[in-house]
Amino acid sequence: MAFKSEELAKAYWRENIGLVLKLLAVWFLVSYGFGIILVDWLNQFTFFGFKLGFWFAQQGSIITFVVLIFIYVKRMAALDNKYEVHED
Amino acid sequence: MDIQTLTFIIVGATFALYIAIAIWSRAGSTNDFYVASGGVHPVMNGMATAADWMSAASFISMAGIISFAGYDGSVYLMGWTGGYVLLALCLAPYLRKFGKFTVPDFIGDRYYSQTARTIAVICAILISFTYIAGQMRGVGVVFSRFLEVEIATGVFIGAVIVFFYTVLGGMKGITYTQVAQYCVLAFAYLVPAIFISIYMTGHILPQTGFGATIAEGVAGEGNYLLARLDGLSEELGLAAYTEGVRNKIDVFAITCALMVGTAGLPHVIVRFFTVPKVRDARRSAGWALVFISVVYLTAPSIAAFAKVNLINTVNGPELTGVEYSDAPEWIKNWEKTGLISWEDENGDGKMFYSGDERNEMTVDRDIMVLANPEIADLPAWVVALVAAGGVAAALSTSAGLLLVISTSVSHDLLKRTLAPDITDRQELMWARIAAAVAVALSTWFGINPPGFVAQVVAFAFGLAAASFFPAIIMGIFYKRMNSTGAIAGMVVGIVFTLAYIIYFKFVNPAANVEANWLFGISPEGIGTLGMLINFIVAYVVHKLTGDAPQDTQDLVESIRYPKGAGGASSH
Repeated sequence: MAFKSEELAKAYWRENIGLVLKLLAVWFLVSYGFGIILVDWLNQFTFFGFKLGFWFAQQGSIITFVVLIFIYVKRMAALDNKYEVHED
Repeated sequence: MDIQTLTFIIVGATFALYIAIAIWSRAGSTNDFYVASGGVHPVMNGMATAADWMSAASFISMAGIISFAGYDGSVYLMGWTGGYVLLALCLAPYLRKFGKFTVPDFIGDRYYSQTARTIAVICAILISFTYIAGQMRGVGVVFSRFLEVEIATGVFIGAVIVFFYTVLGGMKGITYTQVAQYCVLAFAYLVPAIFISIYMTGHILPQTGFGATIAEGVAGEGNYLLARLDGLSEELGLAAYTEGVRNKIDVFAITCALMVGTAGLPHVIVRFFTVPKVRDARRSAGWALVFISVVYLTAPSIAAFAKVNLINTVNGPELTGVEYSDAPEWIKNWEKTGLISWEDENGDGKMFYSGDERNEMTVDRDIMVLANPEIADLPAWVVALVAAGGVAAALSTSAGLLLVISTSVSHDLLKRTLAPDITDRQELMWARIAAAVAVALSTWFGINPPGFVAQVVAFAFGLAAASFFPAIIMGIFYKRMNSTGAIAGMVVGIVFTLAYIIYFKFVNPAANVEANWLFGISPEGIGTLGMLINFIVAYVVHKLTGDAPQDTQDLVESIRYPKGAGGASSH
């Protein structure tokens, strides 16, 4: 057991799941939300010459995906250190 | 020098480069591929993963499909990038901690069952085969154009080259060769896009260029490019470019199938088993997506520019049609491949492209990226460079997939399951036979494609989504899931998805219209439904048959944190 106690193991996993769910919520929002479900409504706004919904479907969602992964990498490294389960 | 000679020189030079790097990095270290990539920085590993990942579907076909489908083509853009988020957050770090090399290994061990393992192997073979069937068409398009032969001959020549490339082996597995392939591929993709963007809109960045106004001296100057494209589309009886015609449920389902499929594709997941640390598995996924985005953010701009240029050259600035005798060189070149054709329906000697009865042109979507630099009248070396990029993309991925198929058949299926007594020589022989059969079958599919390259490849993702993804996710996040449940889920999921695709694509293609689809979901998107069915079946069966044994649950607990991750092992 890498954790000092059962409670710490549970807490680590809970924080991990919480972070993943938060990031996946954003992931869902920019692609399925802005890019598909709300696309027609967003298309009434213009963004650098693009209809906004169209821009999210073809550019914005992809840029957000990249940012999300790097946030995850950073937060998880901090979490691993906090619970002392990082690699040597 | 003409385009054909230049193409031979540039394609030949890039091949020489890959071989040189392969020999050089071999000499530098005797370590095998897995250890070698262990010493590679996550940035390099990300680049190599990107090359491995981007195939003919991404390079040749995707922008062409977007060019004709407009907004509806976004499913490929979001689908094939969004999957990396799932991969990085939900799969890669845990599978890395688990420490096995292949997906069937994980499924076999996690579900403590030889049957689960065998089913996973069969799914991996099915998925890889569907994927490669799509690739072969892409390879054929490239070769038919630059050798100026019929598409069928092009597919055949491409297939022979892919087969030898794989059987000779070695080149595929080396990270630095793939880094070089990525550089060639990305350079070849970006250069024409930047040229065209500057010419059409004055923007250096194609990503902002296609949202900008058209530059002076180009038809439609001063208008927003996308607005002009919408206007032209309307006049020509085509759907508005920035608005889709597919129903929302289908767009949703296809995007989801592609994302989830990405996270379940055996040859992509493998890349994250082999990095030195759990932390690196997370970072590699991020870097891979950065490098993939370079191409994916450019694709929609190429699509929009190519469409405007196509309409301008075929229909002329006044939309009255251009005399066939004045047709530019590229139309005549592509006519030789049979991928573009003109029927003078109204007998006026002029070409006309539209979405209604005035149309006289047949244009295969898969040629758009390759033809784009010619359409925009770019220098011959750019045209040749794009061909080299297409070859790099198609060859690297096909060779990798063929390796998966041949080792799955000979090692996983025969040696470890069906016929444990075969000798090493027999195993090698079966590997070659499997590769030859796969090439032969995919050549047939390349000549008689059931769809455009990216569409066929989408089926492979649907199959991965419906089989592997639920089994892996539940394997990590639901420790009580047992083997009976996982097996039932995988079998029902993949059989359902495969049956749906085969029915609409081969048994009864005439019925492949929205009215007949289940919930309005096309065969490209059905993997999403297959995935849901897989989850439900697995859960219900698990509830009826009891929890996984305690030692398996402890194993799952142990992959949930990074500490103590050792090196990956093959058994």
